[in-house]
Amino acid sequence: MKEIKFKVTDPLGIHARPAGILVKDAKKFNSKITVWKGDKSCDLRKLLALMGLSVRQNDEIVVQVEGDDEAACAEMIEKYLKENF
Amino acid sequence: MKIAAGKSILDRIGIGKIRIYKAPSYEISDRTVKDPEAELKRFDAALQKAIGQQDILYEKAKAEVGEENAEIFEAHRMMLEDEDLQGVTREIIREKKKSAEFAVKTAFDTYAQFFAELEDPYMQARSVDLIDIGNTVLDILTGSDPGSIQGTEPCILVADDLTPSETVRLDKSLLLGIITREGSANSHTAILARSMNLPALIQCRDVDDSWDGRMAILDGYNGCVYIDPDPDLLESMKKKYDAVLKEDELLQELRGRTGTTIDGRRIIIAANIGGPSDLGSVLANDAEGVGLFRSEFLYLNSKGEPTEEQQFAAYRRVVETLAPALVIMRTCDLGADKTVDYLNLEEEENPALGFRAIRICLTRKDFFKKQLRAMLRASAYGSMGIMFPMITSRWEVIEAKKILEECKEELRREGHRIGNFQTGIMVETPAAVFVADDLAEEVDFFSIGTNDLLQYTCAIDRQNEKLERFTDMHHPAVLRAIKMTVDAGHRHGIWVGICGELGADPALTETFLRMGVDELSVNAGSVLPLRRLVRSLDLSGAPEWSPEEV
Repeated sequence: MKEIKFKVTDPLGIHARPAGILVKDAKKFNSKITVWKGDKSCDLRKLLALMGLSVRQNDEIVVQVEGDDEAACAEMIEKYLKENF
Repeated sequence: MKIAAGKSILDRIGIGKIRIYKAPSYEISDRTVKDPEAELKRFDAALQKAIGQQDILYEKAKAEVGEENAEIFEAHRMMLEDEDLQGVTREIIREKKKSAEFAVKTAFDTYAQFFAELEDPYMQARSVDLIDIGNTVLDILTGSDPGSIQGTEPCILVADDLTPSETVRLDKSLLLGIITREGSANSHTAILARSMNLPALIQCRDVDDSWDGRMAILDGYNGCVYIDPDPDLLESMKKKYDAVLKEDELLQELRGRTGTTIDGRRIIIAANIGGPSDLGSVLANDAEGVGLFRSEFLYLNSKGEPTEEQQFAAYRRVVETLAPALVIMRTCDLGADKTVDYLNLEEEENPALGFRAIRICLTRKDFFKKQLRAMLRASAYGSMGIMFPMITSRWEVIEAKKILEECKEELRREGHRIGNFQTGIMVETPAAVFVADDLAEEVDFFSIGTNDLLQYTCAIDRQNEKLERFTDMHHPAVLRAIKMTVDAGHRHGIWVGICGELGADPALTETFLRMGVDELSVNAGSVLPLRRLVRSLDLSGAPEWSPEEV
């Protein structure tokens, strides 16, 4: 399992459109992807659930990736988070 | 007569009958169905259609208000594609044997409610999006036509609030104005009003259903609406309205013309822009290219340093859209009042005199090269100028050009195409004015940044209210500095423009022409009025401007 820790710097937090693109990109992988904010979590493939986590600026999130393509998947997610949030 | 106040978006007037626009509130009965499978099929068909409509709305919005503002419909499509939302809806149909309408209403409302209860104001606002897309699906299921609510007569539309979909769907040819009870200056309604020159009043709390069908004047100058206006007022506002229209027409007649005086002196009038989202206004106002593209927007709107690809995409869009007109791109002018976290700049005692603009770029070469590479790649798609800000010494220009040359070599080796481009500098420090002859030997053009030039020449911080008495926008020192710069440029055969606020000051247009200024770059809305002014001037026999005049 791969784990990514990330602190959100975007003033809008994890917001609709870039989150939607991330969800779309994540669907190309087989791995199970879980996003944690504190003790709340959701499947990263689900846009409204992800938005519902209400991740704001300066929030820390942890993304867990597990599956046969976890390395590539985690790499994509980490890059995307850094560039967009 | 009744008067209601609101926040005006544009200095325009709208006169006509009011039409109250009410979004359909669907009264969906809690109906149990015999054939859930058939309902599931209806839902799937309506969902697919709604998803398809988002693409159409996206294209329509893109044409009306620009790509950046159309992106909401991409987000809408993504929400409609959400598995959970679809799953909940299907479950209500399948398990509870409810109609597709009831299931959609229940599921989408539940999600809207969920977002409305989140603490984050951004997420709360997404509640409107869910209602918006839910209504789109319901419109399709119930076969209702959302366009019919607007009616077929020209009107001033009054609504509590307009969702992005509603705003885009409106038939703009029938709109005399828009009034909403809610809304913000950055709402879709406001953006639309600005890009279509439509009078609009937002946050008008007194909006009332009883206004429907009554005569009204939307007075954008005073931020209010008059219901059942007195005949005298109506008369005088009609006159004002006609004058505004006539002014519009006169300005439109100037489209495609050049800024040439009666005696044949030509001056280029270009626009200042802050990003691709301003392209619409450049085209609408028929500007002769862009004299200042502030490239900071990418840096300020991004939480990490923008990549070369992100920059290239944005620059290319502007250059390609406006080709063959010239686009002058200023390399990033960060520092001082424009800071970003990821640059990790230290706090400074005197930021205006500190580590900013070209000084950052020459110190952090890798950072600088990323932007130059993106600009060079975009140059292949049109006509471009690359301009360095905050120059005080010749060596800075030489060094910046050397880095530019390095980037060119790298890109060529990598097989990228590079177009022809000009290289120039901002003249915005007194030092640059004094050594303008030296600097002119290094570049193809000068663009005078009058805001900073005034600040540095007169030692005046224009944000400081206490200095109002000491601030003279037409200070002789600044005007003489402009003349010195123009003369130095012309001695070396390069063109000289003005891209600061003074460029748009009509009181100085004649002066600039007589100084020999080649180009003015101004906010897009000033392009046509300035063009008209230039075309009305006759300078035959007028002496060349001399410093003794001020």
